[in-house]
Amino acid sequence: MEFSIKDFNALYIDVLKEIGNIGAGNAATSLSKMINTKVDMEVPCIEILDTEKVVEILGGEELIVSGVYINFFGDINGTILLILDKLSSDNILSILFGKKPENEFYNDMEISALQEIGNILSSSYINSISGFSNLKINISVPSVSVDMAGSILSVPAIEYGEISDKIILIENKLREGNNEIVGKFFLMPDIDSFKILFKSLGVLNHE
Amino acid sequence: MSNIIKVGMADYKMGKETDVLITLGLGSCVGIILYDKMKKIGGMAHIMLPSSREIKNNSNRAKFADTAIDDLLESMIKMGASKNRLIAKIAGGAQMFSVSLKSDNLNIGKRNVIAVKEKLSDMRISIIAEDVLGNFGRTIEFNCSDGGLSIKTIGQGKKII
Repeated sequence: MEFSIKDFNALYIDVLKEIGNIGAGNAATSLSKMINTKVDMEVPCIEILDTEKVVEILGGEELIVSGVYINFFGDINGTILLILDKLSSDNILSILFGKKPENEFYNDMEISALQEIGNILSSSYINSISGFSNLKINISVPSVSVDMAGSILSVPAIEYGEISDKIILIENKLREGNNEIVGKFFLMPDIDSFKILFKSLGVLNHE
Repeated sequence: MSNIIKVGMADYKMGKETDVLITLGLGSCVGIILYDKMKKIGGMAHIMLPSSREIKNNSNRAKFADTAIDDLLESMIKMGASKNRLIAKIAGGAQMFSVSLKSDNLNIGKRNVIAVKEKLSDMRISIIAEDVLGNFGRTIEFNCSDGGLSIKTIGQGKKII
C-alpha cells in the first residue's frame, strides 16, 4: 500500500508532536546556553495543512519573513524550513547582539547569526528524532533568505508538491523576557523517509 | 474601475479590459501571462512544477507548466481570444536558497522556466518580455487594458515589462 500524508492518523500526529516537544525543549536549552539567559517555551502546535493555505497562516504572501533552509540526510532524507516573521527575527538578533537591527535589510553578520539560529533549532529537532528512532541523520549548512513569505514558501510547497498537497507545520514559541520568538518549522521528509521514521518508531501499523 | 483578480499558487485566471491579474510572492514558481491585445483578453497561470508527466500526484493540472498552459489557452479561446494573436510574458523561477543537496531539486526555478519556454515554443507563442531567475521573490500584476506587467521585488523596487 502506498503511504501518503493523507494516511496520517492521530497516532502519527501525536508522535510528531512529541518529537516537536522534545525538539523545542532542546532548542530552548541550546538557545539559553548561547545567550546565557533563561528562555521559556510553549508546547508546540503541530498542523497538517494544504500547501495553498500555508501562506495565509503566515500573514499573507507579501509579508517579509526570514527563512532558514536545511537539508537532512542519512537514514532518512528531507528538508527543514524554519520561518521567522520579521518581528521574531528582529527579536532574536537583538537578543544576540544586544541591539535591534538598524536596517530593514540584514547585514552579513545578522544573516550569519540567523543561519546559526536555524542550525541550532534544526539540530534540536533532528537530535530529538534521532534519539527517538535510533536513526542516523546529518544536516547540511543552512541557507538564509529574507524575502516575501509567498516566495519563500514556494520552496516547501514545490518540494511537497511532488508527493502531496499537504504539509507538516510545527509552530514553536520561545520567549526571553519581552522578546517573543515565533518559529515555524516545515518538516519535509521525503515520503519513503516518513515510512522509515514511523517504522523505526514502531507506529507504522499497516502494510 | 479596475477589477483585481488574484491568482493563487497552482491556479490560473482570465481577465479582460480593465481587469488586473495579480500573483503575490512568486518564488521558484513561474507566472505565465498570455495576452490577446486586440480583444484585451489576458490570462495568468501560476505553475509550481515543470511537467505533469514526471510525477504521479498530478490531479491538479494548474500545478504544472505543460497542462496549465494548455488549460489557460483553452479557456482564453472560449472567451474569444485568438491563438494567433497571443503573446506571452513570464516572470519568476527564482532560486530562493543557495544550498540544496537534492540534485533534482537543485534548481527547480530554472527547470520551471525552461519547461515554460519549451511549452510556449511548441505552441508557437512568442515570449515578448521576461523577468526570470535570480534569488528573490516577485509580486506580479498584469494590466489587461494595456498589456503591461508590473514586477515588484523587496530589494529592487518596481518595474514594468
